[in-house]
This record gives sequence, C-alpha cells and structure tokens, in this order.
Amino acid sequence: MKRPSPLTLYALATYAFLHLPLAILTLFSFNRSRFTIWTGWSLTWYRTAFRDTQLAEATANSLAIAIAATVAATALGTLCAYGLWKRRSPLIASGLYLSLVTPEIVMGIALLAFFQFVLRFLDIRPGMHTVILTHIMFSIAYVVIVVSARLRTFDPALEEAALDLGATPWTAFRTVTLPLLLPAVAAGALLAFALSFDDYVITSLVAGVDSETLPMVIYAIARRGANPVVNAISSLVICALGLMILVAERLRRA
Amino acid sequence: MDCVLELEGISKQFPSHLAVDNVSFRVRRGEFFSLLGPSGCGKTTTLRLIAGFEQPTSGVILLEGTRLHSQPPYERNVSTVFQNYALFPHLTVRQNIEFGLRRRKAAGIARRAADVLALVQLAGKEDRKPAELSGGERQRVALARSLVLEPAVLLLDEPLSALDPNLRKQMRSELKALQRRTGVTFLFITHDQEEALSLSTRIALMNGGRIEQQATPEDLYLRPATRFVASFLGGMNWLHHAGIRPEAIHISRVPSLNGHRHFPATIIASTFLGNCFRIESKLSSGESIVADVAPAEGAFHPGEQVHLWWRPDDEITFPA
Amino acid sequence: MQRFRLLLIAPAALILAVLFAVPLAIVCIYSLLTRGVYGGAGTPWTLANYTRLADSLYAQILFHSLWMAALATLLCLLMGFPLALFISRAGPRKNLYLYLVILPFWTSFLVRTYAWMFLLRETGLVNTLLAALHLVREPLPLLYNDAAVILGLVYGYLPFMVLPLYATLERLDPHLLEAAADLGARPWTALVKVIFPLSAPGIRAGAILVFIPCLGAYLTPDLLGGGKSVMVGNLIQNQFTTARDWPFGAALSLVLMALVMLVLIGLLNRREDVL
Repeated sequence: MKRPSPLTLYALATYAFLHLPLAILTLFSFNRSRFTIWTGWSLTWYRTAFRDTQLAEATANSLAIAIAATVAATALGTLCAYGLWKRRSPLIASGLYLSLVTPEIVMGIALLAFFQFVLRFLDIRPGMHTVILTHIMFSIAYVVIVVSARLRTFDPALEEAALDLGATPWTAFRTVTLPLLLPAVAAGALLAFALSFDDYVITSLVAGVDSETLPMVIYAIARRGANPVVNAISSLVICALGLMILVAERLRRA
Repeated sequence: MDCVLELEGISKQFPSHLAVDNVSFRVRRGEFFSLLGPSGCGKTTTLRLIAGFEQPTSGVILLEGTRLHSQPPYERNVSTVFQNYALFPHLTVRQNIEFGLRRRKAAGIARRAADVLALVQLAGKEDRKPAELSGGERQRVALARSLVLEPAVLLLDEPLSALDPNLRKQMRSELKALQRRTGVTFLFITHDQEEALSLSTRIALMNGGRIEQQATPEDLYLRPATRFVASFLGGMNWLHHAGIRPEAIHISRVPSLNGHRHFPATIIASTFLGNCFRIESKLSSGESIVADVAPAEGAFHPGEQVHLWWRPDDEITFPA
Repeated sequence: MQRFRLLLIAPAALILAVLFAVPLAIVCIYSLLTRGVYGGAGTPWTLANYTRLADSLYAQILFHSLWMAALATLLCLLMGFPLALFISRAGPRKNLYLYLVILPFWTSFLVRTYAWMFLLRETGLVNTLLAALHLVREPLPLLYNDAAVILGLVYGYLPFMVLPLYATLERLDPHLLEAAADLGARPWTALVKVIFPLSAPGIRAGAILVFIPCLGAYLTPDLLGGGKSVMVGNLIQNQFTTARDWPFGAALSLVLMALVMLVLIGLLNRREDVL
C-alpha cells in the first residue's frame, strides 16, 4: 500500500476537526450517565426530550416559521431574480448584498427598534408573524443569488423559442424557464429553510411570547450549562438536516 | 405574384446604433429567400423584427397581406429556427415537437408529430433528450418543431453555422430538399455567401443596416449593383474602377495579342488549392492581382515574368 | 414588459425596504439621539454616541474584534487551502469530499457551537480524558477565553473558505503545474509561485466570506467566550438589553457596518457582478 501524502494526512486531520465534535456529541447523547463518562447505551435523554412539551412546542414553531418563510422567500426571491435577469437594477442589487453582509446582531437590533417603533402607531405585537416576515427578509437575498447564478447560464433563446412556438410569456415561464430553473430554486429553498430553522440571534430579538423557537430553547439550556438533553436534541437536528440535504442531493441527481 | 411577407421601409433604432435602416423586400410564396451579409449588418435584427422579438422604430411588416402591428411572437404565424436551435433540454424530441401544437390546442397532435418526425427522418428517436442527439439530429428537431406548425414563413437564423464543415454541406442539401418537399417559404439568414448562392431562389445582400441589392444568385454574382456586392461575393481585383474576378484572369508566358486586356506582370506567390492554382502577381504599375488558374494552364514560380490577360466582357464596372 | 418586470421585483423590494432599509434608517436616527433617564431615547441630537467610541474600553473591544476576525480568517486560510487543494485533486471522489465539507455547514450553527461547549467545559470530554489519563490534576480552563472563541469561529466558517478556494483551484489548468515542473520548478516552488498567486480571487472571496461574519459574530463569543472574550456584537447586544443605552448601541452598530463595508471594498477590488 502506498504511503499517504502529507496533503492527504492534512486533509484527513481537517475532516476530523470538522466532523469529530458532532460525532462525539451524537455518541454521548446515547450515554446512560449525565456526565461525560461513558457508562453504557441508553435512550434516556431522547425520552426526556420527547416528553418535554416546551421543546415540542418550540419545534412546532420552528417548523411552521421555517416552512412559511421558505415558501415565501423562495417564491419572491425567484421572481425577483427573474425580474433582474435581463435588466439589472443597481439599487435592488446593492440592497440585497447589504442584507447579506449586515451582521446578524445589527439586523436583529434594527428590527427590534423597528417593531418597537411600529408598535407605537399600529397594534402589531411581536409574534409568529413578525418572526416569519423577518425570516423571509433575510432569506430572500440568498434565493436571489442562487437563482441568478443559474439564470446567468440560461440561454434567453429558449424563452424566445417558446414564445415563437405560440406560448404566452406566462406559459413560457411555466413550461420552459421554471422547469429548467428548478434545481436552483430548490437549492435556494433549502438554503432558506436551513437559515430560518437555525436562526437564533435575530429571532430572539423579534420573537414574542408565543413564538419561542427551537434554537431559543437550545440556547437557553446551553447557557445554563451541562445538559445531555441538548445532546439528544442536537443529534436529532443534525440527523434531520443531514437527511434533508441527502434527499435534496438525490432529487437533484434524479 | 403571390407575396407572403412584405417589409416596407423598416428601420430599427437601438439606443447605441441604427441596426436596420429603411429595409424593404418581398418574399414570394414557396420561395427560398436569403438575407446575406457580414456580421453586424442587421440581418439578424431584421429576422427578430419579423418574428416579433423586437418592435420596428418605423415601417410596416405585412404577413399574408395583414399588417403585423405589435403582435407578440406567439400570435404571429411565423416560426424561427434558432442559431443554436434553442431546443428545450428538459423535454424529449417528441415533446419539443409537440410544444407548439399544444400551445395552439391543435387537433391530431400525435399524428402530426409522427408525420413530421418521418419527414426529417427522426422516427425512432422521439423519446431522446436533445443532449443525446448529434448536431445534425438537433438541427432536424429544430426544423421539425417549427415545420409542424405549418408557418407562413420559416425563419432560419444561421442554422448551419453551429455544425462542423462536413456536416454543413450535407445539411445544406437536406435543407434544400426539405424546402422543396414541404413547399414552405424559407427566409434564411446567413453570412456565408456560398450557402446563400447555392440554396436561394433570391438573395437580399445587406450591409450597414441597408439592403445593397436584391437579385437571383446569378445576377448578384455576375451583375453586382455596387462595389460592396462585387467584393463581398467571391474574390475581386480592382483596377481603375473596374473589377475583375480571379477566375476570369488567364496567365501566359507569351504575350497574347487578340484584343483582350493585357498586362505584363511578375509572379509573387503560387498556392495550390486543388481545383486551381491561386497566383499572386504584381503589375509593372505596382498593383497586386490575384488569379485562379486551372492546373492545366501550368505551374508558375515566384519571380517569373508573365503576361496577364482577360476578356473586356469579364470586367465589372460601376458608375463612379 | 417593463411593468411586468417591476411587478416581479416589487414584492421582494418591498420586503427589503420595509424590513431592512427602514429599520437601518431608524438605527441611524437612534445613533444621533440622547439616552433618556429610563433607558428611552430623545432629543437633543448629538454626536456624543460616536465620540464615546474613542473611550479606551470601547476602542479596545473594536480592535479586539478586528484582531479576532483577522486571526480566524488567517487560520481558516491555513486550514482550508490544503484541504481545497486536496479536494481539487481528488479525481472522481471530488464531489464526496466536497460534500463532507459542506455537510457541517448545513447542521445548525448553534448546535456546532454547543458541541465545543460540550468538549471544552470543565467537566467536558477533553478535561475528563486528560484527568483519566492523569495528565492534569485540575481541569484546564479551556472554555471562556479568546482561544475558545477563535476555535469556534474557525470551526463555524471554515467551509466558507474552502468552497471559493476549491472553485478557483478546480478551474486552474492542470497543465500549469506540469509546465512549472517542466521549467524546473520543484513542487513546493510551483505551489508558491504558480498556484498560490493564481488562487488569489478564491482567497479574496474566502476572506470576505469568513472575515465579515466573524467581525460581527455574536453567538460564538457569547457561548464560548462567556463574557471573558467580548466582541463588538456582544457589546451591541448588551447596549440594547442590559445597559438599555439604545443610542450608543445604534452608533456601535453603524460603526460595525462601516467596518464591514471597508473590508468589503478593500477586498473586492475587482468587481465581479453576481446579480
């Protein structure tokens, strides 16, 4: 057998750095002991997690928010990318970029100030709807970028051919452009879902009493210190998101 | 004469330049009409105006006697074969061909698709995707997709330019045969003079957004109306406002004194091209002359002193 | 057609205007107001919130944040470049290796940060192991310091460095290295003189993608620094919650935005339009 090159060893070490912490975290979620000493396999922490109503509620909230935000951000982002395709708009483009590079904490406090300001004039309390709107806002730019990247290699003659063969602009979009953009749209949606489902910083600043999300619960427990229940939830989140990506990858290849 | 398509004083002004400048021509039913010209001459813009992808700044387009105002592309009874074919990559050959029929909610879609597939000899490949076809097959799908709609005029935008040279010759004759068999009017766009000359019943030669001359291929080649037309089609030597084609020039080692034009010259270079020798020479007055002579007339070598001659009838002159 | 196009862009533009531009404008206004007695804000208009930044404590936190972000970026580059090079040469298994880099990126950032808390805590796995091996008597203070924050940042943003680096390395002509070798360059020389300069666009893109989120990081210093390693993000959050000095927090936010923009302009010298 050939001796691995230094580059391969280096890469191997980097992969270990990337994956070992999560692997260990998952392993210890099955530990019987509450401490970091391995005492045997157990599903105790999963049972505790599943019995926790606060966790269940937060997970339901997170899913509802992520699904609503993903659907809206994907639809609006795709339309926006399509609108910007043939004629760019420097104003919209810089707005989108700015929303990408703005630190989460700045976006969070700005929205906190905004909703407080709006509160004075309109009776809009922070809650699920403010969280969903916020998530739509910070996901749109990602969808636009992913879809725009695909549109840049999209041959405009395909759409013209559809019009030429008798399709109205809407039919041309529906039967030719959209199907060909679908992989990019799906990738954008996936990104939007992951961003929304994972967000803690902004959400915690705009959420109301009825809209506690899963990251907020995980954060609260993590701040308090050791808790193997967090290991169990984390493992579930890792597996769920990993599975989602795997399925998406399969769909993309199909 | 039964005229299918008529352009009258069509101009198209883009923000940066005038692409089409007062263009008028008529295409007769069943004709193979070509718009020929160098790249950037406005021929593709003219086609896009007819297809409806652009709106003319001024002028009138009549299709089968009806004025096309601002009808969108999908309401015009013309169909385009795009330069790179623009086949829908996510649809099969059959779905590509049925696309236009479905938009028109036509009757007998399956039968019409099968007929056209047989016409372009693609039967058996209907379930393939465009990526699984050869260049020539893709071109045939593009043709079939448009022909199945029985358009009043089929617009072809340099359809042969995406093919490799060998295939191009073959597809050229297929195209001609297809046009004869279907009787559909073809409006063909090309920058390749050989293609235009061999395929067309009539040619409009464009330059700088204008039409230089409209004529049959023979007239265009033998009786060019402008210097541009004369230079664009085939080779041309210019000598005192008269043009003379390389193939009309003869070379001999002895002076011929029979009333022909006659010039002593020095051979500069000689290249064998298979069907002829291309010989560059220099007249004593300093002008360079290119002549294509038959191999039978003999090989000439650089430095040789020779005599060039041609019939005065072969000279093409333009009013100054 | 023009109206149709506006209709497509309008919804996204509206959301961006109302929920992004307007809130930022409100922050701008807040940054010029004076803090009220009970934590509110009001007139008179003032620039005091900005001049307060010269205060050594706050200036120190700003510089500290810049330093932490720069260090994390450098470490990401040092770790990411060989990895990207490895993947770009992996042949048919490229996609699998790339996938393994992207995978952690898709798992929750919060969870990934928590994983390091779990490992580095006083009763965490590392300390437990060290104690079991009798290497230490007292648990080491691994968590709640700058090193832990840097570790978290590098761990969190390494994929952002690897992806653009891979994209540029992948596009490099494989014959370049052969040409370099042919002209007498040893592998190391070829790497330094040919590959490294040619991957400059990837390095720049990676640096932007890592430095910017690191500079504005909140969660990592909050959880792994635990108040011992404070970055500007935490300072801003503190002004808006505990300290209730919104005008100062707003000024800090705008300074952070300005720093982000400066970095962006500095590194984005050749503009590549993405939209």
